[in-house]
Amino acid sequence: MKIVVCMKRVPDTEAKIKIDASGKAIETTGFEFVPNPFDEYAVEEAVKLKEKIAGSEVVVLTVGPKDSAVQMRKLLSMGADRGILLVADTTNMDAYATARLLADALKTIERDIIFMGKLAVDTCDFAVGAQVAQMLGLPVVTQIVKFSESGGKVVCEREVEGGKEVVEVALPAIFTAEKGLNEPRYPKLPDIMKAKKKPLEERAVTVPPSKVTILKIDYPPSRPPGKIVGAGVEAAPTLVNLLKNEAKLI
Amino acid sequence: MAQDILVYCEQNNGAFRKAGLEALRKASEVAAQLGGTAIAVVIGSGASAIAAKTGEYGAAKALVIENDALKNFSISAYGAALAAAAKKVSPAAIFLPATTQGKDLGGALGALLEAGIAADCTAIKVEGGKLIVTKPIYAGKAYATVQFECSPAILSLRPNVFPAGGPDAGKTAAIEKMDVAVTARETVKEVVATGGGKKELTEADVIVSGGRGMKGPENYGMLEELAALLNAAVGASRSAVDAGWRPHSDQVGQTGKTVSPKLYIACGISGAIQHLAGMRTSKCIVAINKDKDAPIFQIADYGIVGDLFEVVPALTTELKKVL
Repeated sequence: MKIVVCMKRVPDTEAKIKIDASGKAIETTGFEFVPNPFDEYAVEEAVKLKEKIAGSEVVVLTVGPKDSAVQMRKLLSMGADRGILLVADTTNMDAYATARLLADALKTIERDIIFMGKLAVDTCDFAVGAQVAQMLGLPVVTQIVKFSESGGKVVCEREVEGGKEVVEVALPAIFTAEKGLNEPRYPKLPDIMKAKKKPLEERAVTVPPSKVTILKIDYPPSRPPGKIVGAGVEAAPTLVNLLKNEAKLI
Repeated sequence: MAQDILVYCEQNNGAFRKAGLEALRKASEVAAQLGGTAIAVVIGSGASAIAAKTGEYGAAKALVIENDALKNFSISAYGAALAAAAKKVSPAAIFLPATTQGKDLGGALGALLEAGIAADCTAIKVEGGKLIVTKPIYAGKAYATVQFECSPAILSLRPNVFPAGGPDAGKTAAIEKMDVAVTARETVKEVVATGGGKKELTEADVIVSGGRGMKGPENYGMLEELAALLNAAVGASRSAVDAGWRPHSDQVGQTGKTVSPKLYIACGISGAIQHLAGMRTSKCIVAINKDKDAPIFQIADYGIVGDLFEVVPALTTELKKVL
């Protein structure tokens, strides 16, 4: 089975975001970049499948600056075999440009299954999986929490509002991973050492113009300062009174 | 160029999803500013029976697309159907609810129409005849204001942010049936509804949420009881989900759901930055926590310092007196 995992590097989710002097981007220092958390579920599922089916290969594909190699090595240490890095300045790239570059690269890579995260936690557009699928004419199932392959068919489950859907597709196909799909492994030191020697190919690409451009970035609208209205059980009637007469919510 | 806005009015077996009606209402307001109208697209089984009702939420016209390939939702078939509607109408923009389906379709349409997409928008305005929209980035740690360099502009609207208003009694949309040949590359084998009419977090007006302070899965019954009283959905913090106490579908925060209810009651949640990102647009935040220095108190409209195992039952008792 030939498996490709698409990855994006993002700021650590615990990081505070600082808007830079231009007001149109965030500062890229003062925190660590990590693989997008949802991409870790994607690579885990890919490696699990590789371990099950002899002769499988897992390729990690990313678009990003050269430094993205660091986050790619992390996924290689989790068991992926090699990496392809499409070198590009992604600062102002939108979902369309990202999907276009990934789709074009995927045309050159042998693949039965493409896994990626359900969204990138930085740009939050939820779009690239479905986009790449339409660009390549492939089936796609998004935000899957269960995956099982047999004889060129995949049955998976995904969470939707009010329940879940069981969806079947024929390979090749794209799947985007939701939290809960699996428990991503922690690479051990020998895996990390081994990953350093795994092949990582850099490819130069031309970034297509973005369809969406950022005019400005703001911090979230500020909230009034927090107010403590009481302590312990005695505060319960006070709260109910405030919810009823001040907030008028009940 | 046409200044109409096409709106995906998500429906399930003849019932509209609220978030789709919210998108429709906003679209009718924005389209009026652009000098156009809102055109609803209703797809799937039961669509034709309810399509005229989109008029009650601002649609001038409703396009109905119904066939066997569209019986269940699939990205490929629904995406192609919506793209066909877009090609027919040449709208200035396509509005989608930021639901699971709406987000899926945003991506699909982006590719099929070679257009840009902004997901989960929280503000939309018209400046100089162009759409300017605001959307969360970094899961709500910041907001980007963006414009589109393409037509149509594709955007999904965060549920619970734009009021649906209405229904405007007596207004109906003119129905036009569209014949679109589509094939689904994905087959839905089964749809399993969550038991007990569980409320969807992103659409709930009230959310009662529990974190690490709940100490274990067995204690959530207390929150369920409070939630039932308030007709609320029950949420959880990442630590509660990572501990296996609650399913991931209940998680609020950067790797979970982003919510904007009218009332958010955080119980035993300290307020990690990735949690606050997912709920800080709630209109009113109540926090119950025994640590008076917990970050959640900095954004709570009403904070109670105390043991949630005492305060939550007391709150339930007090609420029963007035509800």
